[in-house]
Amino acid sequence: MGVNSDPLLGGEGFLTTTIETLANWGRKNSLWPMPFGTACCAIEMMGVFASRFDLARFGAEVARFSPRQADLMIVSGTITYKMASVCRRIYDQMPEPKWVIAMGSCTCGGGPFDSYAVVQGIDEFLPVDVYVGGCPPRPEALIDAVIKIQKKIEMQGAPLV
Amino acid sequence: MSVDLEPVIDSLKNEFPQDIIDIKEYRGETTLLVSKERIFKICAYLKDGLDFTFLADLTAVDYLEVKSPRYEVVYHIHRFGPECEENVRIRLKAELSEEDIEIDSVTPVWSGADWLEREVYDMFGIEFIGHPDLRRILMPEDYEPFPLRKDFDVRNREASKRSFEKALEEGAD
Ligand code: SF4
Repeated sequence: MGVNSDPLLGGEGFLTTTIETLANWGRKNSLWPMPFGTACCAIEMMGVFASRFDLARFGAEVARFSPRQADLMIVSGTITYKMASVCRRIYDQMPEPKWVIAMGSCTCGGGPFDSYAVVQGIDEFLPVDVYVGGCPPRPEALIDAVIKIQKKIEMQGAPLV
Repeated sequence: MSVDLEPVIDSLKNEFPQDIIDIKEYRGETTLLVSKERIFKICAYLKDGLDFTFLADLTAVDYLEVKSPRYEVVYHIHRFGPECEENVRIRLKAELSEEDIEIDSVTPVWSGADWLEREVYDMFGIEFIGHPDLRRILMPEDYEPFPLRKDFDVRNREASKRSFEKALEEGAD
């Protein structure tokens, strides 16, 4: 991007960029999360959205409970195999481009539940962009994950269509 | 035996002299071992005759390699009363062997037993005869093992994965 405010060019100022960069700039600063909360971690995620930690400061406060309107899936909580097919279907319903945060030890690798019913890490069936460890992670850690997603969008972007 | 339960136990013994196999008392809790053939009759009598209107819990235990018969179905039954001595709880146990893993459902007595019996079926594979809708309740419907049986490896995720993949395929269209 470049900014020009040369009086010879009218003095109003204009900026040069590519349409991809502009789109990614918009995407990065207006993430719409789809909160997929299934257990204790979801409580901590609510804390992130609420006033003390206030994810709105990073432009990601519009939690969408419809996958059609979301581009960031925050999977927070224990995922059982029975729930996994639902989780995958909701991910499939989200329009591209989309990103996934695995919040908490359960989603990263099964957490304390090494059992017959629990998926040992959601990367068994979802492409995860950022893993947040902790049981549960502090809200700051989730905010850090959102910022990492923003960096990823800024650096790698996503195709326009 | 706690004083409050004495009349209840006397009345049960009177009504079912053959079927109260054992009475145990531990820390103020009374447990009756009863014959599984008569479980429905005993429960119905407890409810209608002795006013035990509330089934607090229904579960099962697998005593693999500990004792035989292998399974026990456990009933925790409560009676509410305005008087303290009427407000009591009793525990029934019925033994089930591996070969004959069936017992009468008590859902007709307490309708709250419906989901509890489904859970016991889901986890132990114990069949409840006369249950209105005996399906799995927690695990996927096409899941085969019974995970709370002691001979099931709790870390075995194969069956769960199969159900998951099937659910994915069905959801795709
Ligand atoms: S990681 Fe810990 S806090 Fe988070 S869902 Fe799992 S058990 Fe709960």
